[in-house]
Amino acid sequence: MKPTQTENPEYFHNVIDCQYACPAHTPVPEYIRLISDGRYDDAYMINWVSNVFPGILGRICDRPCEPACRRGRIEKEPVAICRLKRVAADNKDSIKNRLPSVPTAKNGKKIALIGGGPASLTVARDLLPLGYQVDLYDNQAAAGGFIRTQVPSFRLPAEVLNEEVNYILDMGVTCHFNHYVRSLKAMLDKGYDAIFIGTGAPRGRDLPELPGRKEGDAYIHVGIDWLAAVLYRHVARIGKRVLVLGGGNTAMDCCRTARRLGGEDVRVVVRSPRTEMKASPWEIEDALHEDVPVIDNHVPLEFVVEKGRLVGMRFDRVVGRLDENGRRKLASTGEEPVFMPCDEVLLAVGQQNAFPWIEKDLGLQFTQKGLPLLNEITHQSTLKQVFFAGDAAFGPRNVITAVAQGHQAAISIDLFCQGEDLGNRPHPKVNLFGQKMGYHEWLYESQVTDDKRQAVSVIEKVKSLKDRLLEVELGFDKEKGHKEARRCLNCDVQTIFIAQTCIECDACVDICPVTCINFLADGEETDLRSRLQIPAENLSQSLYVSPPLPTGRIMVKDENVCLHCGLCAERCPTASWEMLKFTYHSAQAGDK
Amino acid sequence: MTFTRPSFRHPSQPTNSLGYSRSDYEGTISTLCAGCGHDSISNAIIQACFEIPVEPHKVVKMSGIGCSSKTPAYYLGKSHGFNSVHGRMPSIATGANMANRDLIYLGVSGDGDTASIGMGQFIHVLRRDLNMTYVVMNNGCYGLTKGQDSATADKGSKSKKGAPNPFESIDLCELAIQLGAGFVGRGFSGDKQQLVPLLKAAMSHEGIAFLDVISPCVTFNNTSGSTKSYQYVRDHIEATGTFDFIPLQQEILTQYEEGTTQAVTMHDGSVIYLHKNANSPDVTNRRKSMDILEAEKEKGRLLTGILFLDPESSDTHEILATSLSPLNTLTETELCPGSAALQKINERLR
Repeated sequence: MKPTQTENPEYFHNVIDCQYACPAHTPVPEYIRLISDGRYDDAYMINWVSNVFPGILGRICDRPCEPACRRGRIEKEPVAICRLKRVAADNKDSIKNRLPSVPTAKNGKKIALIGGGPASLTVARDLLPLGYQVDLYDNQAAAGGFIRTQVPSFRLPAEVLNEEVNYILDMGVTCHFNHYVRSLKAMLDKGYDAIFIGTGAPRGRDLPELPGRKEGDAYIHVGIDWLAAVLYRHVARIGKRVLVLGGGNTAMDCCRTARRLGGEDVRVVVRSPRTEMKASPWEIEDALHEDVPVIDNHVPLEFVVEKGRLVGMRFDRVVGRLDENGRRKLASTGEEPVFMPCDEVLLAVGQQNAFPWIEKDLGLQFTQKGLPLLNEITHQSTLKQVFFAGDAAFGPRNVITAVAQGHQAAISIDLFCQGEDLGNRPHPKVNLFGQKMGYHEWLYESQVTDDKRQAVSVIEKVKSLKDRLLEVELGFDKEKGHKEARRCLNCDVQTIFIAQTCIECDACVDICPVTCINFLADGEETDLRSRLQIPAENLSQSLYVSPPLPTGRIMVKDENVCLHCGLCAERCPTASWEMLKFTYHSAQAGDK
Repeated sequence: MTFTRPSFRHPSQPTNSLGYSRSDYEGTISTLCAGCGHDSISNAIIQACFEIPVEPHKVVKMSGIGCSSKTPAYYLGKSHGFNSVHGRMPSIATGANMANRDLIYLGVSGDGDTASIGMGQFIHVLRRDLNMTYVVMNNGCYGLTKGQDSATADKGSKSKKGAPNPFESIDLCELAIQLGAGFVGRGFSGDKQQLVPLLKAAMSHEGIAFLDVISPCVTFNNTSGSTKSYQYVRDHIEATGTFDFIPLQQEILTQYEEGTTQAVTMHDGSVIYLHKNANSPDVTNRRKSMDILEAEKEKGRLLTGILFLDPESSDTHEILATSLSPLNTLTETELCPGSAALQKINERLR
């Protein structure tokens, strides 16, 4: 096998599983170490630079980092990365003096942002310090988009939201709230140098064809619209018996909000098996904890309306089977339909993009799915001065993806406005720092704690169900935060092998607690993977391969469950193993 | 010094037929110098015990004094152990073995502990053919007292201090063969591929099995002029041949060609298949084994592998015709059978 090319920064980036999995590539181990040191401001700023909304994401992130966390492969549960982010946000002092300064002399370029959600705010944050003038248009009364109108306050309190949104707005965004943009053409005519569209996926899917939909309309609500109505206090009550259709996070927000507005018998009904639900496992748990049963394998048949009033719904019981193409299909079990009585129904069966305000003759092309045709890297549309990011760009995903895309769009807008090639994008900023302090002393805490994942305290159910504004999760206190932070394996501290000085004494092989270091005869990758002391079966994890050593063998390290404990380096008599911290900061607008 | 080792192990570490995983054979973290050959031997012992497999509580690890004799702390943490007086490990092992013949005895010693202060004990335990595995971690110097030349340092070899050793060296393997050990082998700490099967075979041998393992002292004796450095050993190593050790329980799957492979059945029914190099002698012949050792030494080569093997050798208990039940299980009833029994014995002597 060819020796590993560690000169390519992506090799070590890949080893930092959490950071690699994060769409915004937030340097997770770096800020977790700062939290364990009690340096909350520094930890917060690392987050703020990378993901813009640490306090918000510390509560509602989809956490792509946690399933990727290496700790989850050596024990039961990964590091509670998301909740640690919140620890930094909750415990920081004022960080206002650390925010980037915005030049008073502008660069003469004007940008319009349509939609005031996370993607647009990210673009504003990235472009304002470079001297751009930014105008924001949103049909709501305040900025935040999805995270304001559809995430309930018991998960994300308004103060946290306002604080982080205002950091950006206060940098000098000209806001046009309660302003629905009716025509892209009109916007183009205003002479902006670039237009950014971050309008999200604003339309909840309905079930218009289902019998009884029209007749029962007064009792049937589209979930995201209903959540927004609750936020603006247009809706304050709901019937006692509520059915929520859908298995995503919006369904979980709907059912838990319904519990707070008078819903006593609230049920979530999903078409497919429980295992295929899109909602995050922890959100399903929270719903179950609030006495909301999840009923799976039930396909809605009709709304039953009697005398103009919705009385319930009928469902067909199904099982998931694989068809001849290997695709899962729901087949009726043939049993009698199930009738579930209810007073109101909330539909949370998915979201759709909609661009009725974009004129067809402008040259902005759409895909068959109704999404704008974009360059996947630059986010530029077929109308060269128009850029998209967030749910509006590639369909509904999540907040952290919207932020990551916002950064990319901001880079593109900057390059575009400066007349440069959009393909010529700035590189990430990377560095390697030695961690050796002295004789077996390291700059990082190399000892691996056995502590299990800390449980988070929640407010009493009786209390929280009475007040929809009361945040349910209390977050970690400083002590728990420290304990949890110490569980991090410091995967950014890389093990570097120097073949030239190795005397093949086997000391590293013998000390490695997880048997990841091997010295053996060379071979092809699949052959090598099978011949390691413990075969390397996790193909998503790389093998670190050295050039041939004096005995003709090579060193092969399986990165899979390396604890980054530094023992190989401590036990090496010739310092042929080094522990170097690898930092990787994704490029942002203005970087060279 | 390294103080702690994480408690996590690879989530897919295998278990052996007794249901133990390799970590069940581990000890505490080593306090020896980084890169010490002894740590490699400790790990080879862990691996061998895991692979055979032995039950940890059936093993007794014995040692004397020295860097090597510290190592029992670093392996088999769930086994019995006795860290004895300098050079006196063989006596303690003999006593223990006499008291309970049902356990597996694994003694480790160093070149100082064996070839200097313990020489008198060493040669007699060989003579008596005590049922144990005797491992010498041989680094050619006194590492614990700053690296003075030991009795196994080759004449002319230079340690860190730089002065060539003026004295003749003792070849422990030759001595062991001469004194009647039934299993004699030599290994190198830097070659676990050979060392682990060597240990497995030695531990299944009945009677004394002696292993001389060259184990470089990285701190004092890993210099360019030393004949016990990693570099020198790698450059001068020669093997009597490779071999496969097939424990009794295991099915024999490989077919061996006749002529080049010799099968030797051990006391417990295990089989060792020796794959001999061209021109290599029959290792079951004591005189030829001595010859080849001398011949290779003349050529400046270090011969490793199984050097001599006598599957028919007996052990102390057999020689002395002791009770088949371990002595420590005999109760007063067996030991004092009463005056009638005494009467009978006396009758026989009249």
